[in-house]
Amino acid sequence: MKIQFWGVRGSIPSPGAKTVRYGGNTTCIEVKTDSGQTIILDAGTGIYPLSQQLLSVMPLTCHIFITHTHWDHIQGLPFFLPLFISGNDIRIYGAFDPLLQKDIGDVLRDQMAYSYFPVRETELAADIQYTSLRERQTTEIGSTLVTGIITNHTALNFGYLIESNGKKVFFTGDNEELFNIYSPEDDSYEEYNQIIQHKNDFLHDFIRGANVIIADSAYTSEEYLAKKGWGHGTYEYCIEMAKKAEVPSLYFTHHEPLRSDDELDRIKKQLEARFSSSPGTPLLYMAYEGLEINL
Amino acid sequence: MDLTSDINCPPREVVDVIQRDPVLMMNLLKLVNSSYFGLSQSVTSVNHAVVYIGINTVKNIALLTAALGVLPRKNKAGFNIDDFLLHSLSTAAISKTLAKKVAVPERELSDFFLCGLLHDFGKIVFTNFLPGEYQKTLLVAKEQGLPLYEAEMQVLETDHAQVGSLLAEKWRLPSPVVECIKNHHCRDSRQQLMTDAVFAANQISKKTGTGYSGDNIVQELPDKIYDLLGAEDIENVILSLGDVTATLDKSFLRQ
Repeated sequence: MKIQFWGVRGSIPSPGAKTVRYGGNTTCIEVKTDSGQTIILDAGTGIYPLSQQLLSVMPLTCHIFITHTHWDHIQGLPFFLPLFISGNDIRIYGAFDPLLQKDIGDVLRDQMAYSYFPVRETELAADIQYTSLRERQTTEIGSTLVTGIITNHTALNFGYLIESNGKKVFFTGDNEELFNIYSPEDDSYEEYNQIIQHKNDFLHDFIRGANVIIADSAYTSEEYLAKKGWGHGTYEYCIEMAKKAEVPSLYFTHHEPLRSDDELDRIKKQLEARFSSSPGTPLLYMAYEGLEINL
Repeated sequence: MDLTSDINCPPREVVDVIQRDPVLMMNLLKLVNSSYFGLSQSVTSVNHAVVYIGINTVKNIALLTAALGVLPRKNKAGFNIDDFLLHSLSTAAISKTLAKKVAVPERELSDFFLCGLLHDFGKIVFTNFLPGEYQKTLLVAKEQGLPLYEAEMQVLETDHAQVGSLLAEKWRLPSPVVECIKNHHCRDSRQQLMTDAVFAANQISKKTGTGYSGDNIVQELPDKIYDLLGAEDIENVILSLGDVTATLDKSFLRQ
């Protein structure tokens, strides 16, 4: 399995001199299985450069799994060139919107409504199929299995586990550490802690055995104090998650839009200095556009 | 509505509002337990829902429900919704307090609260869908001094326990909750402690005159409740609950 990052930025694209090395495109990860299937995790603006590369492999069959439909995870989809070319087979998966009672297809079609985009979804030439997923529903793509689990975000978000040819990678999508909404003196504090514990165990059991975690680590723990409840993780929380799930490699992604290349370098060094001697700490990597992982 | 339009509203306040309203609660649980989410276990409390699907989604579900109109305070059946809410909420609080008193594990307490809150939900269905018939039912109960569920049987040939449990079942609430709503008029269920607790809480709520839900007839409490609390009559039970009134006052003041 080969994993390649095409977009590592959170929230909004961030081009400019300070983001040249890590890249400014929003979330998009390509997974190529050993048997040649193409799986794409999220369709942020990073999917546009990916689509240019895929033009050389027409006709294309690919499977796009959307973690959630916030803009930084779907904004590149209307520019995914294979959609415009007949003969391509594009399967798109994601959560049902429980509030608006819309399936993933309806939500993504809305993004191509006339007000927002010149080409309507019905005008696209590729064969497009949408599938709304439930939690822990497994999609079989040949011998590759993709399963979603709900993680903690401000929208319904699936983290996806991909299992292929004996290797496993887990991508959190956007994910914040669960925290107790009560104070220790409140009646419900203990009950809430127990529910959190249960949910965390559920997540760690789900990930255990993965070779790699790719995780939303938008904030440092100092920054997080002002961003609690915004639905994103910290570097420290992601390390803790990888340790609990006993995963050997951790890739930080969803970098803050204002985070410069130098800052990302510095944060990585500081984390290694703080955590590398602590038992069970995974190998730490800062994701950048173009980075490849071979499993 | 005010809370959901405040971006900085503390999550616990959103939870507090939802769990004091049977309609918001029923809608939330209906959606969370629906196949859209496909959660691997039933969700029975707002806190549980917040941990599993996130506070923002819970807040938005509540907002959507509120926007669609929670419960019209006036209805053609002449059923007083404010008093009904008060009765539902007090039954929920008393049921949970009873459960705590007899050492029900912490993680199960929310189910006792939920069943207390939703036990009379069927009355809302009648009020909204059969207002004329339900007005007549309320009159029959009053004139003949009958418990409301008996009057319902006479006029409607079904009762709110039956209808409420069917709805809870359709909305995929866990089967102990469905059973409890269905059997909440059966003294001594001999099966579920939760049903006995809700039965007792329902009587205590009526006895203490907290809210009103269609009749004021107080029945003898289940033997199991007397045994577990070492009490001989309802007054003893009320005394043994001690601080429940304080809890209620607190919730009502914040309504």
